[in-house]
Amino acid sequence: MTTEWQSLSLHVPGPPVRPGDRPDFSQMQIPRAGEVRRPPVDVAASDIHDLAYSVVRVLNRQGEAVGPWVPALDVDALKLGLRAMMKTRAFDVRMMMAQRQGKTSFYMQCTGEEAIACGFQTALGTGDMNFPTYRQQGLLIAQDWPLVDLMNQIFSNQADRLRGRQLPVLYSAREAGFFSVSGNLGTQYVQAVGWAMASAIRGDTRVAAGWIGEGSTAESDFHSALVFASVYRPPVILNVVNNQWAISSNQAVAGGESATFAARAHGYGIPSLRADGNDYLAVRAVADWAVERARRNLGPTLIEWVTYRVGPHSSSDDPSRYRPKEESDAWPLGDPIERLKKHLIVLGAWSEERHTQLQAEIEDEVLAAAREAERHGTLHDGPRPSAADMFRGVYKDMPRHLREQRQEMGV
Amino acid sequence: MPRRTMVEAIRDAMDVMMARDDRVVVFGEDVGYFGGVFRCTEGLQRKYGPTRCFDTPISESGIVGVAVGMAAYGLRPVAEIQFADYMYPGYDQIVSEAARLRYRSAGEFTAPIVVRMPCGGGIFGGQTHSQSPEALFTHVCGLKTVIPSNPYDAKGLLIAAIEEDDPVIFLEPKRIYNGPFDGHHDRPVVPWSRHPLSETPDGYYTVPLGQAALRREGSAVTVLAYGTMVHVAEAAAAETGVDAEIIDLRTLVPLDVDAIERSVRKTGRCVILHEATRTSGFGAELSAQVQERCFYHLEAPIARVTGWDTPYPHAQEWDYFPGPDRVARALQSVLEGG
Ligand SMILES: Cc1ncc(C[n+]2csc(CCOP(=O)(O)OP(=O)(O)O)c2C)c(N)n1
Repeated sequence: MTTEWQSLSLHVPGPPVRPGDRPDFSQMQIPRAGEVRRPPVDVAASDIHDLAYSVVRVLNRQGEAVGPWVPALDVDALKLGLRAMMKTRAFDVRMMMAQRQGKTSFYMQCTGEEAIACGFQTALGTGDMNFPTYRQQGLLIAQDWPLVDLMNQIFSNQADRLRGRQLPVLYSAREAGFFSVSGNLGTQYVQAVGWAMASAIRGDTRVAAGWIGEGSTAESDFHSALVFASVYRPPVILNVVNNQWAISSNQAVAGGESATFAARAHGYGIPSLRADGNDYLAVRAVADWAVERARRNLGPTLIEWVTYRVGPHSSSDDPSRYRPKEESDAWPLGDPIERLKKHLIVLGAWSEERHTQLQAEIEDEVLAAAREAERHGTLHDGPRPSAADMFRGVYKDMPRHLREQRQEMGV
Repeated sequence: MPRRTMVEAIRDAMDVMMARDDRVVVFGEDVGYFGGVFRCTEGLQRKYGPTRCFDTPISESGIVGVAVGMAAYGLRPVAEIQFADYMYPGYDQIVSEAARLRYRSAGEFTAPIVVRMPCGGGIFGGQTHSQSPEALFTHVCGLKTVIPSNPYDAKGLLIAAIEEDDPVIFLEPKRIYNGPFDGHHDRPVVPWSRHPLSETPDGYYTVPLGQAALRREGSAVTVLAYGTMVHVAEAAAAETGVDAEIIDLRTLVPLDVDAIERSVRKTGRCVILHEATRTSGFGAELSAQVQERCFYHLEAPIARVTGWDTPYPHAQEWDYFPGPDRVARALQSVLEGG
């Protein structure tokens, strides 16, 4: 074929840096705290397209809360937020250690991302439903859900409410508005939309929140969720947690090089914005805004939370193989716990000493919970769910063929 | 001869074919820079560049869909699905598109793709890292389905699959990636280096699709198995002393019915093994084939040893896995029958 055109070439994106390189976040455009406007909740999607390319931030470098998005939270509420984040982190540390000690097969931390789930949960009410991924343990911990209960699931022990059948961290806690977590990425995003549609069909006041990682926005289910949310305008908050990395592939491989994840909503006419996911106050303020929209029957909101996955993807992962070790320290949005702590100190409501003391209290609490959970057994040790449990719950009533198989097994 | 693990053999097959044929492209989630979560594509991007081996977005429908498009253009895509349990979003592209493209276009367009995916349990992966969905593929006309049990076959079969002009589903039992596993989970892990079938020639060779292999010659009972269960069958035969003839099917579609028929006519008994759930599993097809072809030679009912009809549980992994004890019991009861 002779043409005037030059040969085509394929664009294959990758992260700006790999192990051995210097971390580089120079591409990220981060406005100063307080700079982004706060539109009314009934704003038209097309009037806030710019917010999908900005970042809502409240806490500045000095630890002050500034600008139109400062949420009306008293000091006690802020302390509860700090406590929830610290507890989530301590829980992760202890459970990762338990995994290393062979007490369970698998664990996933949310280190560095605590503000998102812990802050968001406080904007919801009883009866609302989260459709979380495996990295939103903060939704439960922020509600003071018993740590022992989570640990029992992680250890797949005799007290595990999921009877040992489900992979660790794929919790289910209906009373806490926490939908059973699936191991298959993206599937639950569209279910959140369906749940919200049901609330509207029934004339209730409940809202739903879908959760997805930036990597998983590539799944078709993400796009199905957006089109249904666009068509039926149900009361749903569509959260995208952009922690920069899926497993070894960074957000560019999910399309983040060409547009932000918040901007995906534009084609569907869904209002969307980006927010600083490491800023507890910004999280709460933006969550409040989106939840209010949902409650007022104004329809869906998509929020991209900008954050960084500090730990490995899971206990099976070694991030030093694909990203510079120092990248986490170079992350420009800092650490959510440190930032809220500083803010409380600036307010005169907190001190290093009280922080150290709280950290110690929390570690004791987590350790005590772990000891209690271990009394119910761990994956390879002590009491465990029975083999008969394996056959239960496949159907409401056990059909004949499963009864026969159970008998064949002699349990 | 060089010894390879299953992972190394699979990687070598892609390496050999990428060097021989510049139409071969390899892609999937985490397969580029990182080399795959099980390391099957390690080094390929460095060697062949990012347009021959690359990371994809996390979208199985996208992965299979672009593979079909590339194959129709004339490439030879080898796509990796990170776990077989995650192939479902890509299933429509496999079943409705790849499998039927040749038929519906009267051969004008074809989809010579290979879709590789780790399958099977044994790593405490719970219900979403343990499934054996082979029957969901064998039921689809237009697909070939392959499942190796050792490094030698894995390399030769994968090369043959890449050269194949029809779409091939290539299932890789993950529990035997780094060593043969006979179901005795409480014993020390055995490396491939001590197994004769880890000897894999360098360079190009094929193991043709559609041919079973005899793993153990015997006269008392025929055991039909594939993947990890071949090793479980060998252990059960050794432990019971039953003179079993063990056939490793290697390719499920097209099935080597001659090898099956020859053996069952000789032994008059048949035990079928798979890790997948029982109801409508591939064992049902095998059982029907044996009944249709060997009915008058059978001296006892055909037996199946399979996973139970439940999702793959986490804590109860070894209650679920059809290990050597269950296989041994089936061998003995089939011998007693008739
Ligand atoms: C359908 C499906 N495909 C692949 C996987 C394997 N997998 C598990 S987590 C993951 C990365 C997800 O990244 P992201 O969505 O960014 O979330 P993060 O882990 O960063 O929170 C992959 C590829 C899966 N669980 N499900």
